[in-house]
Amino acid sequence: MLTLNHFLILSGVLFSIGTIGVFLRRNLITILLSIEIMLNAVNLTFVAAGRYIGTVDGQIITFFVMTVAAAEAAVGLALVISLFRHRETLSPEAFTSLKW
Amino acid sequence: MPAFISPTLIAHLVLIFVIFNCLVLSAAFMVWMERKVCAYIQDRPGPNRVGPEGLLQPFADVIKLLFKEDLKPAAADTLIFLIAPVISTATAFAAFSVIPFGSETTLFGLLSEPLRLEVTDVNVAVLVIFAITSMGIYGIVLAGWSSNSKYSLLGALRSSAQMISYELSYGLALASVILLANSLSLREIVTNQSGYWFHVIPKWYIFLQPIGFLIYMTAGVAETNRAPFDFPEAEQELVAGYHTEYSSMSFALFFLAEYINMVTVSAVATSLFLGGWLGPFLPHWLGWLYFLLKVFLILFFYVWMRWTLPRYRYDQLMEFGWKWLLPAAVLNLIATAALVIWLG
Amino acid sequence: MDANIISFYIFAVIAVLASLGVVGQRNPMHSVMLLIVSFGALAGLYVLLDAPFSAVTQIIIYAGAIMVLFLFVVMLLNAHTEDDIPKTTIGPRALRIGVLLSLLLGVEVAVALSRLGITSFNNDPGMVSAISSVSRIGTQLFTTHSFAFEVTSILILVSMVGAVVIARREH
Repeated sequence: MLTLNHFLILSGVLFSIGTIGVFLRRNLITILLSIEIMLNAVNLTFVAAGRYIGTVDGQIITFFVMTVAAAEAAVGLALVISLFRHRETLSPEAFTSLKW
Repeated sequence: MPAFISPTLIAHLVLIFVIFNCLVLSAAFMVWMERKVCAYIQDRPGPNRVGPEGLLQPFADVIKLLFKEDLKPAAADTLIFLIAPVISTATAFAAFSVIPFGSETTLFGLLSEPLRLEVTDVNVAVLVIFAITSMGIYGIVLAGWSSNSKYSLLGALRSSAQMISYELSYGLALASVILLANSLSLREIVTNQSGYWFHVIPKWYIFLQPIGFLIYMTAGVAETNRAPFDFPEAEQELVAGYHTEYSSMSFALFFLAEYINMVTVSAVATSLFLGGWLGPFLPHWLGWLYFLLKVFLILFFYVWMRWTLPRYRYDQLMEFGWKWLLPAAVLNLIATAALVIWLG
Repeated sequence: MDANIISFYIFAVIAVLASLGVVGQRNPMHSVMLLIVSFGALAGLYVLLDAPFSAVTQIIIYAGAIMVLFLFVVMLLNAHTEDDIPKTTIGPRALRIGVLLSLLLGVEVAVALSRLGITSFNNDPGMVSAISSVSRIGTQLFTTHSFAFEVTSILILVSMVGAVVIARREH
């Protein structure tokens, strides 16, 4: 019997994997990819909860999250490109000039 | 025999097997037709040695390719290099799974419930086709990138830029038909086109959407990377584009994918604009003959165009896509929406 | 064991393994490919949840558009191995704290969710067909949520202009 818990736990696992990526990886592109994993985990929760309650609202929020993810990816990758032009590296440690 | 093995299940499996093999055969037939039509256009006989009228030529080609050595550039990314042609072919085949090619049949009473002539009927079929087509781009991009050769990379970049640009017009042309049909299921879209105006003109959407049909066909040619939009493999500039480094069967897979994509684009055009399997005179269960005929005519048009028109220049292609085709598609969609609201 | 639960486990295992691969890969190109696989598995899960529209938009928007963008950037930056980057300054202690925090988050989510008890889905056919209907989603989207929808269009415009301005080469 498929229950809501199945989906919620899966989404929790995926979200944790995403956070591990953001914490551990030293590559701007992989960090952006990990954020996408986290967004997707949240999407899964919304759709599963919407299915549970019996409304389409979950799917509509998912739709909005995807749009925001697209905007985030566009701006994020533009930043990555312009950072790469300045330092020739993708490591976040190279961009610490504003740190004190 | 377990309970779940019913005649319907077996019929479905047989149907899937038949569709798969028909697609492979149609690709072989397309190769033959392309070479034959091209030959006649250029006033020469074309392949005529293998089999009657050279009909077995494609099979000879495949056997030749199978026995060739599978080369791989030393600097290539092995895994992606091997997977790329598989992605191309798999997406090409998958897109056909939601296209209905005939109405229901019970196979002369063999089955208790009527079998629908398609692999599966999903209520978002048009979007599924759009999604699978947009996945096809990965095969080409990855092939170009993993080959680690400049011509492959240039071909892949051109191809993906072209496909992304024309996908917008493609999607908007699909959307205008969806507005008219009020459904995303291809089967419903086709059945909505049954009947006649004034007892003569069939109620096909091509008559309501002539501009939409032109936009769809233009974008479809660009999506499948065919002449006059065949920049990814413009042989005079790029050797052979994204599949320069491929040989043997992996090359054949790209070839197969290209032809099956053409068949799919034609089949979608048939279902959306030309009334699918609907046609006069023939009994209902023979409708698939009409489907085949319409698809064949569009495919012939494809080949005819390839050997008639010269290739565009790359900047002309981009300018045409963004400055002419896309605005036309948007205007067409807005006009359609206004008319649908106005006429109820 | 019905077919649904078997498919759930297949898709779930694919999604988790692919996501782990995304995080663990040294080669960004392979990471991008694995993320697409993971998105495909999630689309399968959406189908299991009677949300075919979400499944298809997941493929069209995420796999078909956003990941192509990533692929282009990875291809064109051509910085495709992390080994080229000088030895990371991040210490083993910070690494351990990072892993610990993530695991803690995972445990916390699992505990919070298990308080829900057994919650099976309502399989009333009327409700299922209402949920999977695209026209219903469209109606809701353009009536109840029309303001959010319009704001999204502004967001996309802003991000498009922003992306062009940021990535433009200065002369």
